[in-house]
Amino acid sequence: MSDNPAIRVSHLGKKYTIGGPQEKYRTFRDAIVNSAKAPFRRLSSSEPPQEFWALKDVSFDVEPGEVVGIIGRNGAGKSTLLKILSRITSPTEGTVDLYGRVGSLLEVGTGFHPELTGRENIFLSGSILGMKKREIDSKLDEIVKFSEIEKFLDTPAKRYSSGMYVRLAFAVASHLETEILLIDEVLAVGDAQFQEKSLGKMGDVATKEGRTVLFVSHNMAAVNKLCPRSLLLHNGGIIKDDSSKEVIDLYSNQNSILKAFIDWSQKTNAPTDGEVIIVTSISILNRNGISNSTIYAEEPFWIVLEYEILKPVKNCWLGFSINTYNNDVLFFSGDFNFSNLSDNKRNPGKYKSMCKIPENLFNQGTYSISLLCQFPSIKILFHEENVLNFEVLTLTDLIGSLKQPGIIRPILNWDTIKISDKS
Amino acid sequence: MVTSGNTHEMSSPPHLHISPPKKWIPVNLRELWNYRELLSSFMWRDVKIRYKQTALGFLWAVLQPLLMMLIFSVVFGRLARLPSDGVPYPLFVLAALLPWTLFAEGITRSTSSMITNAHIMTKVYFPRLIMPLSGILSPLVDFAFSFSILIVLMVLYGFIPTLNIIFLPLFILLALATSLGIGLWLSALNVQYRDFQYTIPFLIQLGLFASPVVYPASLVPESVRFFYGLNPMAGVIEGFRWALLGTEMPGAMILVSVGMVVVLLVSGAFYFRKMEQYYADVV
Repeated sequence: MSDNPAIRVSHLGKKYTIGGPQEKYRTFRDAIVNSAKAPFRRLSSSEPPQEFWALKDVSFDVEPGEVVGIIGRNGAGKSTLLKILSRITSPTEGTVDLYGRVGSLLEVGTGFHPELTGRENIFLSGSILGMKKREIDSKLDEIVKFSEIEKFLDTPAKRYSSGMYVRLAFAVASHLETEILLIDEVLAVGDAQFQEKSLGKMGDVATKEGRTVLFVSHNMAAVNKLCPRSLLLHNGGIIKDDSSKEVIDLYSNQNSILKAFIDWSQKTNAPTDGEVIIVTSISILNRNGISNSTIYAEEPFWIVLEYEILKPVKNCWLGFSINTYNNDVLFFSGDFNFSNLSDNKRNPGKYKSMCKIPENLFNQGTYSISLLCQFPSIKILFHEENVLNFEVLTLTDLIGSLKQPGIIRPILNWDTIKISDKS
Repeated sequence: MVTSGNTHEMSSPPHLHISPPKKWIPVNLRELWNYRELLSSFMWRDVKIRYKQTALGFLWAVLQPLLMMLIFSVVFGRLARLPSDGVPYPLFVLAALLPWTLFAEGITRSTSSMITNAHIMTKVYFPRLIMPLSGILSPLVDFAFSFSILIVLMVLYGFIPTLNIIFLPLFILLALATSLGIGLWLSALNVQYRDFQYTIPFLIQLGLFASPVVYPASLVPESVRFFYGLNPMAGVIEGFRWALLGTEMPGAMILVSVGMVVVLLVSGAFYFRKMEQYYADVV
């Protein structure tokens, strides 16, 4: 606790009620019906509304000029915290004191209107973010230059490409000059070149200009680079408040949601068809042969399946799919290819299959593994979805420390030859 | 890594305290005043966008009351032969349509503004009152355009306004206050109960006939005139006619209307302030 913090959060909590009278969207009729029912409520045995604490007993101080990262999984309470600090929603309990003008960037392009021109949007979005007209006037040239849209300044934004739109929006937002800045992962926008530029700008904003910044991000590399200190949120509480390196390490090792190993050898719930095959374990092994749910994109890793064959069987295909966070299947892979179905006999016994996933295949992100066993084109024996989850981090990224767009991130060979001297 | 040497020069930075919702909080006028530029930005945006990609553009602001006036003059003036306090009927009805449209547009825009701007209001803070305020004030631009029609019409009829016209701004203010009072209630209610956006067109139609737009208030029996004034727009419209056309001065009715507006404004402001604390969780 310090004497002159820029931000002091004490015992902050935010409760949402699900399914109760505070239902998110309700009609007047419901309210009338509810109030008519109220006298009888005690008699009826309707389910009590469920309470959900998005934040609970969160306290911390931020010194003036400090840049603090806030990390945690989806639903950990990061956005709720930022929304309370930026006064978009009110807390259920606890207090916040902010000393200084507060600006919040919770998305890129707040208040942009497609019918208005670039110039008009700069003024509109700027004033919505809290800038004075005089302030915008004086920064107009800088904003326009940064966004690289000089030629289209007086064109309606609806004619812009999405890249131009985002660049302009970021340019406006990044020129917000308040003592306290709350930022929710608005960084990774635009093409690679602009991303680098915007990260550089964020670095300036955060450090050189000496203001207090809270920065919510999933991008560990960016947090590590921009924020000396970080808070790790989990289930609505702060579980670590330390140097970013320490916090990111803990976050990476936290296996609460990520799972790198399942042992079914006790045979309860083991994936099986009950006749031919029973899977006893599945694990993700890193380069050092240690089961780990955090994989570095630059290193290969292995998916290892152990199973028992119960009776002689032919063409029993055991494999997995790797899926994105949104449950889109990236690919399937199994212990043999469908093209040679003739020689895949297995006799009873214990088996271990290892599949090597090459380096530089995945991009940064969270992925899940589903297990599948089948007689190809004949019958699916079992399909266990999302048995393991892992996270891919990048050690060194190609462009600054930002996430490249895309689900996969292969490193491809390019050959460039000069054909002629003339242009 | 950033040392304390980098702190701002400001001697005492503004302090902001955030705490759980309170039941009743008054309007923070100073904060509203600090956000006046944003208010004008929103108004300016609404005006600018309103007639984008229309061939007639701002002519619409003029055409709408003009067409209404024509229809009403034919139906109520010619066919139904409603009295008009000795004023040519088209003038009589237009002088009422102007404040009425200002009011009706105001409550419509302010109510929908809370929903159509939800994507902004859930991403950045500003006093939520700015939103309905801009909805209520932006129809003033259309009002100014259609007012020119009234002037043209008065010239055509050779109608010379009396000195009462100096009171006209007061009645414009009263129209805006009525619009704000009702608009605050409706916009706050509509955030939680979307039913209200469907009732507004109906309320406006009902209100049009419950107010002395197509007929003079003198048609209402003296004995119930007092209660008639409880509809604040009755006072506003009669006041408009008195100021512009020199019709009979609305007596006690106007006081009732003013009282009603004050009640609506104060209660609406408190209700709105109470709701706004839950806005992002409910909208």
